[in-house]
Amino acid sequence: MSTPVPAGSGGAAPPSRPALEVRDLTVHHGQLRAVTSLNLTVEAGEVFAIIGANGAGKSTLLRTIAGLHRPTSGTIWLDGTDISAAAPEERLVAGVALVPEGRRLFPSLSVEENLLVGAHRRRPGPWTIERVYQLFTWMPGRRRQLAAQLSGGEQQAVAIGRALVANPRVLLLDELSLGLAPVVVRQIYALLPELLATGMTILLVEQDVSQAIRIASRVQCLLEGRTTLAGRPADLRPEQIEAAYFGMAAAARR
Amino acid sequence: MIWIQALIQGLLLGGLYALSACGLSLLYGVMGAINLAHGDLAIIAAYLAIVVIPIFHLPGLLAFLIVVPAFLVFGYLGQRTLIQATLDRGPLTTLLVSFGVSIVLQNLLLQLFSADSHSIDIGSFVAASIQVNDEISIAYLSLGIFVVAVVVLLALQLFLSRTTTGRLIRAVADDREAAQLSGTRYRHVFGIAAALAIGTVALAGLAFGMVSSFGPTSGSTRLLFAFEAVVIGGLGSLWGTLAGGIVLGVAQAIGAAIDPSLGVLAGHVVFLVVLAVRPNGIAGARVTA
Amino acid sequence: MTTTGTAIGRGEVLPRIRVGRSRRPRRATPLVAIGIVVAFAVLPAFVDAGLTSKLVDAFVLLTMASMWNLLAGYAGLVSVGQQTFIGLGSYIVLILAQWGLQPYLAVPLAAIGCAALALPLAWLLFRLRGGYFAIATWVVADAVQLVISHFPSLGGGTGAILPGVAGIAPATRLAWTYWSALGVAVAALAVAYLLLRGRLGLVLTAVRDDEVGARSVGARVGWAKRIVFLVAAAGCGAAGALLILSQLNVLATSVFSVQWSAKMIFVTIIGGIGSIEGPIVGTIVYVLLQETLSQFGAWYFIIVGLVAIVVALWSPRGIWGFVASRIHLRPFPVGYWLFVEAEPAGDGGPPPGPEPPAEGDA
Repeated sequence: MSTPVPAGSGGAAPPSRPALEVRDLTVHHGQLRAVTSLNLTVEAGEVFAIIGANGAGKSTLLRTIAGLHRPTSGTIWLDGTDISAAAPEERLVAGVALVPEGRRLFPSLSVEENLLVGAHRRRPGPWTIERVYQLFTWMPGRRRQLAAQLSGGEQQAVAIGRALVANPRVLLLDELSLGLAPVVVRQIYALLPELLATGMTILLVEQDVSQAIRIASRVQCLLEGRTTLAGRPADLRPEQIEAAYFGMAAAARR
Repeated sequence: MIWIQALIQGLLLGGLYALSACGLSLLYGVMGAINLAHGDLAIIAAYLAIVVIPIFHLPGLLAFLIVVPAFLVFGYLGQRTLIQATLDRGPLTTLLVSFGVSIVLQNLLLQLFSADSHSIDIGSFVAASIQVNDEISIAYLSLGIFVVAVVVLLALQLFLSRTTTGRLIRAVADDREAAQLSGTRYRHVFGIAAALAIGTVALAGLAFGMVSSFGPTSGSTRLLFAFEAVVIGGLGSLWGTLAGGIVLGVAQAIGAAIDPSLGVLAGHVVFLVVLAVRPNGIAGARVTA
Repeated sequence: MTTTGTAIGRGEVLPRIRVGRSRRPRRATPLVAIGIVVAFAVLPAFVDAGLTSKLVDAFVLLTMASMWNLLAGYAGLVSVGQQTFIGLGSYIVLILAQWGLQPYLAVPLAAIGCAALALPLAWLLFRLRGGYFAIATWVVADAVQLVISHFPSLGGGTGAILPGVAGIAPATRLAWTYWSALGVAVAALAVAYLLLRGRLGLVLTAVRDDEVGARSVGARVGWAKRIVFLVAAAGCGAAGALLILSQLNVLATSVFSVQWSAKMIFVTIIGGIGSIEGPIVGTIVYVLLQETLSQFGAWYFIIVGLVAIVVALWSPRGIWGFVASRIHLRPFPVGYWLFVEAEPAGDGGPPPGPEPPAEGDA
């Protein structure tokens, strides 16, 4: 398994605590091992993308970071604090917010009620429901509509808004593009810089590799729960990524 | 004319059934728990009233001042301990443990209070009624219970739709994991929902105890009727529960008017017919568990 | 079962796997089982009538518990209304005896009659799931009881006496009842065992693990559940037939009482849901508790109930589940085992040794 070393940032920069760190994480689904001894470091203020095929363990990883899964071994660190034992609701208060795969809005609640739930234990910060309404200009007019009646793209926007209003330090985005038209996906990804501008760190899982490479400052590729590639998109050749994604050892050695 | 009397009696009885059913419906809607001890808890509320009335020198009608708060607390604590433990182990465990609790409670009541039937004494109010004409009279007590039922349903509806906690209850009911991701302490929210549900059960039990006599095993029929009201009305809708309660009450009243021993059976038949013909009930939500 | 890790086809050896019913081929079990049955069959010659009577009750309870276990532990159908068929079984025997049939011959007819009546009931009840299905079964039992109580010829609300047995000597009657009960219990266990070892068992296990997945691979889930529902109805019907034979009378409110469901559920929970052996263990424990706690009167049932609740919370597989996970004894193997017979090369292979089949909660 080849793991190209990312171009180093040099010894001159002062050491800063990573926003999110995953150390030696192993997660099981029953008897199936979904993630094996995984290490991951996300620096503050960057966009970090995890790519890989279906079943590679990406969503399991994100759900475990958010607290919905208990890992078999390993630890998770937020801003230098060990949050491995915290319940999901407490991790939100600590500063980790997950926008889950499939949106998972509350279907019988309205758009505004969904946002209100997201905000009920919000941390101090610039994001409010009003600011979310400014980000998504169509939303205020539809605030009383039931979440179940929205289109996929609109639901994705509300789901992101619901996570934003809690003012997380680290925003986890799980498969944003799933089930959405490419044009909608691009619109949503176009919003990321505004999120970063407020001091957020973003860790996202994405099946669409080209989309991931376009917006991430660093990527890590998973296959069957293990890291097969990590580095800056600029440093990685397409064949390397392809090989790591599909697990063709021969191609990787080409 | 006896049919009009039966109709009115059935309508008002429907209020009692709706009051009895909304707790069952709430617990199931929010946490997916079917409480087979539901009816027995109502009966315990009635027994508790009989015990505390002489101690606190309360008039019968005010027994709820002690019993309902006690049950609100008991509901919250019960959820945080026993019910949550069963939920963590799966729906089968919840069902079986609640059934076990039901049987144990009935047999305990039998040991403590004997098989004698009791009634909550509310003095002459029990017989007070409005005489509409020669053949139709409306009992104040039944009317009062109906009004209380509607008020309780309204209050529950407002609580769920207008308050923060109510919103959290609805969110948790929709998607517990997503609610956790939004910071919801869901066990606490479950506790509040359970407290409300058990509180309404207490009210229903007190109402029943005033209107009728009860014994240690009366809880079983209470459960069956509450359940029938929920299914006839349609799962997932509080107002559907009122409609279901009324349909059940009317069916039983008309059945009883035909032959006194046919009342309960008429209700069962209507329930089975609804199940056969329109399993989603009047208000029509899905019935899958 | 593949190994984890990246490339398959890097020359790693896949383990050889054998699929089997049990660790060692169990040739002894059928002989032991037959021996036990024969021993029970000749037992009345050596013990008094009181003990024989209690054994009849135990066999009846074992039958009911096995049927409930089949329903809840394998088909995922939690019923608190099996007393419908217990009562119907009793009354079918009563009616046939009133028409002149020898009551003991009516036992299989009661079973068949109940299975027939279960078919339309299944159509109705299967519209509900989970807890709502459970309560609906209870409603049906109550409704049937009310209907039957309406017929004076069946005793109305005060009960009826079983005709056709007056001419038989009490000792002979007890012996026939005993052997009938033993026969029904053995039949119930045998039917359950054979059903579960067959295709039906496979379908049910798949359903228990993932119903949607099972349907998507074509498992005939509805058909499997219906068969189980009918078999359980027949078994409880036979149990009801035995009740009226041993008590010589029947009272609607008692034979249709939910307390029967309570007994069979408590017995199965304590013994262990989801295994054939569970109800056997549970019945033994229940009878022992009944004997030792009889001095406390009705409190013993409360204690049994509390024990069942505690077991359901802390040892969901019951006593047998607890024991079986420690000693690898499976007199009635209905699952499959995977035996790994070669160590794989490379890293991260499956752990060596047999992996027990998933016999989890329904």
